[in-house]
Amino acid sequence: MRMKLLSVFAVVALLAACETAPTDGQAGAGTGGVQSTTAPAPAPAGPTPGTNEDFVVNVGDRVFFAFDSSELTAEARTTLEKQAFWLRKYPQTTVTLEGHCDERGTREYNLALGERRAAAARDYMVSLGVDPSRVTTISYGKERPAVLGSNEEAWAQNRRSVTVIN
Amino acid sequence: MEKLHDHVRSEGHAVLTPHTPVRPVAEPSRADLSRRGLGRLALGGALAGGLAGGVAGFARPAAAELRIDITQGRVEPLPVAIADFKGQGIEATRIGREVAGIIRADLERSGLFAPIDQQAFIQTDLEFDAVPRFGDWRLINAQALVHGRVTELGNRQVRVDFRLWDVFAEQYMTGTTLTVIPESLRRAAHIIADMIYKRITGEDGYFDSRIVYIAEEGPQNRRRKRMAIMDQDGANHQFLTDFGTLVLTPRFSPTHQEITYLAYYNNKPRVYIFNLDTGQQEVLGDFPGMTFAPRFSPDGNQVIMSLARDGITDLYRMDLRTRSVTRLTNSTSIDTSPSFSPDGTQVVFNSDRGGSQQLYLMDSNGAGVRRISFGQGRYATPVWSPRGDLIAFTKITGGEFHIGVMRVDGSGERLLASGFLVEAPSWAPNGRVLVYFKQQRTDSSGRGGESKLYTIDLTGYNERELVTPLDASDPAWSPLLR
Repeated sequence: MRMKLLSVFAVVALLAACETAPTDGQAGAGTGGVQSTTAPAPAPAGPTPGTNEDFVVNVGDRVFFAFDSSELTAEARTTLEKQAFWLRKYPQTTVTLEGHCDERGTREYNLALGERRAAAARDYMVSLGVDPSRVTTISYGKERPAVLGSNEEAWAQNRRSVTVIN
Repeated sequence: MEKLHDHVRSEGHAVLTPHTPVRPVAEPSRADLSRRGLGRLALGGALAGGLAGGVAGFARPAAAELRIDITQGRVEPLPVAIADFKGQGIEATRIGREVAGIIRADLERSGLFAPIDQQAFIQTDLEFDAVPRFGDWRLINAQALVHGRVTELGNRQVRVDFRLWDVFAEQYMTGTTLTVIPESLRRAAHIIADMIYKRITGEDGYFDSRIVYIAEEGPQNRRRKRMAIMDQDGANHQFLTDFGTLVLTPRFSPTHQEITYLAYYNNKPRVYIFNLDTGQQEVLGDFPGMTFAPRFSPDGNQVIMSLARDGITDLYRMDLRTRSVTRLTNSTSIDTSPSFSPDGTQVVFNSDRGGSQQLYLMDSNGAGVRRISFGQGRYATPVWSPRGDLIAFTKITGGEFHIGVMRVDGSGERLLASGFLVEAPSWAPNGRVLVYFKQQRTDSSGRGGESKLYTIDLTGYNERELVTPLDASDPAWSPLLR
C-alpha cells in the first residue's frame, strides 16, 4: 500500500512539475494548468484529495517545537487546526502522530520528549473535535531526523511532530 | 637450579567447557580460580602511601609487594614480560603464541601494564618447571614475568598452565591450569589476564566479559541499526538481530544469559528480552504505551523501565517471575533512564520534574525521591557503579556532551570525556573502566556523523577506541562470564 501510494505520488509530482513550471506560482494550488495540456485524457493535477499527499501538500503535515519543549506555538496551532479540518472532511482516515527530537539530547530522554510532543499535538486535535480513536502516537526520539546537519537550522526542523495519514 | 616447589606451593586447576559464541560457559567458577597461588598476601601499604597525587614509579624496596595502587590518579604502566607460552609441536606452539598475545593485549589496553617487547628478552630458555633467572629479567626492567605451557591432551582438549613471578622479590605470585577446547582458548587467556590483574592490582579484572551494543550504518536520516555482541576486546563479534527493525539501548542481565532492550517491532516501541541461549525475543508485558529505558535489577529477577503515555513518562518495575508490575513514580514529568544500586535497595534516574533534566535517587519501592545533581547543565543516563560508590552519567553543558562520575550523594563530580556527542556510559564489571559512544558532527550533505565506542579509565586517562566492524552506539558491558 505504502509502495503504491509512493509511486502514484511520484507520477503526480512529475505531472505537476511539467504543468506548473511554465506558469510559476501555481505549485500546491491543486488545480492550476490542467487546461493548458493537449493530452486527450487529462490527468488530475496535484494530489488526489483525501490522500497523504493531498494532506502534505495542501494542509501541511508537521509542526515544530522549541528546544527541549513540547509547547505548541501559534504557528503549530494553526497547522493543527487545518489538519483537524481536513480530518473532519475525510472521516474515514486515521492518522499516526510521530514525535521527533533534534540530536542534542540523550537517547532515552528524547524518546520521552518525542512522545510528549506527539501527545501535545494529538491533545490539541482532539480538543478541536477529532475522535481520539482516529489518532495514534509514536515517538522516534532522535532516531529519524528529517534534515541532515549538526546546525541550528537542521535541529529546528527536526524538533517536530509529523501527522501521517495511515 | 632452585627447586620450583619452594616457590609454587599450590595452584588451582579449572576445566573450561566448550564455548560457543552466544552460549554461556558453565565453568570454571570464579571462586575456583581465585583459590590459588599463595604468594605473599601482605599488601604494599608503604608503597601506596608514598605515591599520592603523582605518577607512580616502580622503584621499590626489595621487601615491598609488587603492586599497582590503582586508587591513585594516573598510574605509570607497569613493565611486564609475557613470554609466548611454550608447547611441543606446531599447533601447541601456535596456541601458546596466541594465548600470550591475548594476555598482552588485555593488560596493555588496561593502561596499567606495559608488556615488554619479546625481542628484548635475555632468557629465552624459560622452562615451565624451573625457576626463571630473575637477574636476566631485572636487566630489562621487567617487574613481573608471565610464562606458560600449552599441552595437547588429545580429544580436542588443550591444557594451559601459567605462572606469574615477582622479578625483583624473586617470588612466585600466582598461577593456574585451565583445560579447554580450542574454541575456549580466548576465554582461557582472558581468565589468565584477569588473574594477573587481580594479583597485582588487588582488584577483580574484567577481561573475561562481553559487550552488547547497537551496530549502525547509513546516512543519519535513514540510519539502520541492529544489535551485536562481542568479547570486551572486540573478538568473537556477532550480530544478534538484523537491520529490519529499529533496536536501541541493550543491557545485560547480571545473572542470566539475557539482554533487555528496546525494539520497534510492528512499529510499537516496547521493551523486549533477548535470550542468548535460545536466540528468542520476547516482549515484556502488555503496556498501553511506549516502554523503554530498561535495566535489570542486580538479582536479574526484575526489569525497571519507563512507560510513556499521554505525554507523561513514569518508572515501572516488572517482576519477571510473576509478571506483576509496580508503578514507582507518578509525576507529570519525564522520569527515565533508571539504574539500580548494586544492593538493589535504591534507584537513580533522570527527571525534568524540576524544570530541566537532573539526577534523582529513590528507594526501590519509589519512596523518598531526592535530587542529587545540582551542577550547571543537564544530567542524564545515570548508571550505578558495580562497586556501589559512584554514579556515571551523561552531562550536557556548554554545547558539549560529557561522560562524568559523581559520588552517590552527588558530590565529587568529575568529567572524564567530552565531545560533540558523548553518551551512554556503562561500567566494566569491576567498576574501574567505562565504555560509551562518541558521535561526530554531520554536515548538511550528510557527511560525518560517525559513531564509535570508547573505553576510559575511571581516572579519566587511557581513552581508547573499541574497534567495531560498523559504526556503534549504546554499549553495555556484561558481568564477568561464569
